[in-house]
Amino acid sequence: MLERGEVANSWRRERWDSLRLLTPNWLSRLPGLDYDGPDPDGFMTTGEVVEFIERFARVAAAPVRAGVEVTAVRPADDGYHVATDRGDLHCRALVLASGACNLATVPALAAGVPPEVHQLTPLGYRGPGQLPDGGVLVVGASATGVQLAAELRRSGRPVTLSVGEHVRLPRVYRGRDVHWWMHESGVWDQRWDEIDDLDRARRLPSPQLVGTPERGTLDLNALTALGIELVGRFAAVRDGTALFSGGLRNVCALADLKMNRLLATFDEWALGADVGPSEEFAPTAVARATRLKLDLRGGEFSTVIWATGFRPDYRWLDVPVVDPKGRLRHDGGVVDAPGLYALGLPMLRRRRSSFINGIEDDARAVIDHLARKL
Amino acid sequence: MTTVDNGVNVQALLDAREVLKGAPEAAQFTWRASSKWQNGVHSTATVEKFFGLGAEQTHKTASTFSADHPAVFAAEDNGITPIEYLLVGLASCLTAGVASVAQNRGIQLRSIESTVEGNHDIRGILGADSDVRNGYNDIKVTFNIDADASKEEIEALVAQSQKRSAVYDALSNPTDITVEVA
Ligand SMILES: Cc1cc2nc3c(=O)[nH]c(=O)nc-3n(C[C@H](O)[C@H](O)[C@H](O)COP(=O)(O)OP(=O)(O)OC[C@H]3O[C@@H](n4cnc5c(N)ncnc54)[C@H](O)[C@@H]3O)c2cc1C
Repeated sequence: MLERGEVANSWRRERWDSLRLLTPNWLSRLPGLDYDGPDPDGFMTTGEVVEFIERFARVAAAPVRAGVEVTAVRPADDGYHVATDRGDLHCRALVLASGACNLATVPALAAGVPPEVHQLTPLGYRGPGQLPDGGVLVVGASATGVQLAAELRRSGRPVTLSVGEHVRLPRVYRGRDVHWWMHESGVWDQRWDEIDDLDRARRLPSPQLVGTPERGTLDLNALTALGIELVGRFAAVRDGTALFSGGLRNVCALADLKMNRLLATFDEWALGADVGPSEEFAPTAVARATRLKLDLRGGEFSTVIWATGFRPDYRWLDVPVVDPKGRLRHDGGVVDAPGLYALGLPMLRRRRSSFINGIEDDARAVIDHLARKL
Repeated sequence: MTTVDNGVNVQALLDAREVLKGAPEAAQFTWRASSKWQNGVHSTATVEKFFGLGAEQTHKTASTFSADHPAVFAAEDNGITPIEYLLVGLASCLTAGVASVAQNRGIQLRSIESTVEGNHDIRGILGADSDVRNGYNDIKVTFNIDADASKEEIEALVAQSQKRSAVYDALSNPTDITVEVA
């Protein structure tokens, strides 16, 4: 196992200070290592995630060679040639477990943002104190965007959130964590080879969730209550003015409808289960008129944060298995090149593949295939 | 199971989607209209040809549209105002979307009716107040749909049709426009 940094590198270096997992402790488990602390319904801090993964590396006696960065992988006779900053290797089979979120995706229109506005991605964000004074425009309303918007607003700054298509979920439904429902009802077990539109499932944005001791919901209504202004999807910058879509109402309607459909499937599944009484959530409230233009030169905003998603970095992969959109071509982790495999990508084999607790089944299946090939 | 027929050939659309995924060049369409000044603020526009699927295409017949201003604008009212054409486009695009999505979801429709209202402060175009924009301040569409479906399913049809509507997108998002003198 080659690791360019240390074990749990992404959790040491690529997360903001206040981040906690959005999956509850009892679900944050690795093969043979369940959570055994005092707070199964709580959410780990990044420091606790690092400890947890380090502990797993020790228990599993993982043969990690830390501080070795892979700089190129090329097909070679009967396998792959792996170039690293500490010398080269040859292997017969290779598993790409380099992460799904190495790079922050920033839309091309960012180039039009005036130079006086500070721009940043979640990979560079640590906390509100790091930003210059002034208002913040957070672009993207998935888990990252809603969490950063809330934290910045609570620090006293004016915050505007640009909202495109998103996934709304309550933290707790009928007395149970929403991830309990995902896990128990079988939603997370939906398989990649049985799903209607795999492409869409793999691109699904992360849900508007946060892990806090209060187990509060962080949907758009909660953000509005904090005093955050919602605007539509960021569409263009013209002469220093940011232009937003007038379609906010519909993306909210779509998210409400989808959430209600999901909760209805939970209700159906839960007939007779030990859960609380039925619950309904108010539709997302959208102001009668949302702003369609914001002057980025006028001084209202000092910072734009692009919470517009993450993607894997395959620049070092010299094997023709990445499509024009930068996505790895694979079938349930079996990559489209002999002896090449992948783990840790969204919806790799199941909906739960995006999460730490999804690795167990995925690794078993992928390693099984690999072992048979060898 | 009764078959649902809203008169939309969804299979052809789904097939086209699959084919065009691998052939983005063929998916490039250019829609065209040509316009001719008549007199005053009256003009006529003709739509006949367009480009798509890699070739010139022609509508079954050419359509001609008259645009003018109403009498309250001191004009002859030989046709609807240009900005009303946007409402026509929006309503027909969303309606087509509802029918297609319903077909795809196996929902039989009996009727789709809608009214579209665009609120327009004309002080903008008159130059009476520079803070007022020229175009619509907002647009409201109200659908009345009779179908074999629950209220939620109908709301989902309407939401999905907005999500996939060309005119909704063109009106709700900025579009780069070049105007030249030939
Ligand atoms: C902001 C954020 C919040 C998240 N929250 C949750 C959550 O609440 N719950 C949950 O279950 N999951 C969450 N995830 C997903 C989470 O990252 C994964 O579940 C988990 O960390 C994936 O582990 P991984 O080993 O597949 O990838 P990573 O953690 O990304 O690890 C990949 C490793 O590969 C190394 N590497 C990459 N390229 C090279 C190279 N060229 N050479 C050598 N080494 C290399 C990296 O240094 C890194 O250590 C979150 C992700 C992000 C970005």
